[in-house]
Amino acid sequence: MLKIGKYEFKSRLFLGTGKFSSLEVQKQAVKASETEVLTFAIRRLDIYNPDQPNFLEMLDLERYTLLPNTAGATTVEEAVRIARLARASNLCDMIKVEVIADTKTLLPDPIATLEATRILVEEGFTVLPYTSDDPVLARKLAEAGAHAIMPGGSPIGSGQGLLNPSYLRLIIEESPVPVIIDAGIGSPADVVQAMELGADGVLLNTAVSGAKDPVKMAEAMKWAVIAGRLGYEAGRIPKKPYASASSPQEGMLTS
Amino acid sequence: MRIQLNGQGYEVADGIQTIAHLLEHLNLGQRVVVVEHNRKVLQKEDHPQAVLADGDVVEIVHFVGGG
Repeated sequence: MLKIGKYEFKSRLFLGTGKFSSLEVQKQAVKASETEVLTFAIRRLDIYNPDQPNFLEMLDLERYTLLPNTAGATTVEEAVRIARLARASNLCDMIKVEVIADTKTLLPDPIATLEATRILVEEGFTVLPYTSDDPVLARKLAEAGAHAIMPGGSPIGSGQGLLNPSYLRLIIEESPVPVIIDAGIGSPADVVQAMELGADGVLLNTAVSGAKDPVKMAEAMKWAVIAGRLGYEAGRIPKKPYASASSPQEGMLTS
Repeated sequence: MRIQLNGQGYEVADGIQTIAHLLEHLNLGQRVVVVEHNRKVLQKEDHPQAVLADGDVVEIVHFVGGG
């Protein structure tokens, strides 16, 4: 069971809802992933085309916890404003704090992220900040009251996997709150690696929505999360420099 | 009456006096939307009391796909 603030989840896979080719594919991918947490962005409604289909309005909201993000924010004020708008929907009080500092790398602004986290915790949100893989910053976010820490594996949407597994491991070892690896996941292998490091979960989007077969990839990610978690709990063998035979060394026919 | 609606000038039709009226007029009464009125985030129950005035700034937002 994954516990984040007052929430409990059986699935450790959080799925983003951006960039799917169609609502039907998205619906099937969400189902195949067996996720319980879906992220969304907050944007202006096109008032001249109000009847465009909306994925959220197609969902059975009893089954999913919504994790809106503050994507688009570049300052503390913008992030707090978007978070308040999201909560006023009365659909959720979880918020993924995302304050972007650089358009090329989409890396988060660590100082603004920390400040926005502090304010939103005080306002009673369940706060999950998207952060860089800095163990000191992760510690400060937890001290500020973040309910989970979400370090990126690599830049958003890049599919580069985990660029700095040793820092991610440090964050995981030290964190008093769950650690969700967010951003940069490209394949099921990346997910297994994150989970074997001891991550409490992963959040991914493009790896599924951009796959040749998003529905199949969503299912692959579900199994990768399960396999990685089981592997972590089971405890892997240490790596050794030389071979160590698996079969008995006695009673050989050749001796 | 003219307001700024989602970043653009918008002429409010006669008879529309509140945010609740505006949402009905735009066929958004039953939709999952959130309204910010002059930088104040409104709860749904505030909509009938939020009276529009010339020059007001209104944002109507919703949930879209995102990661």
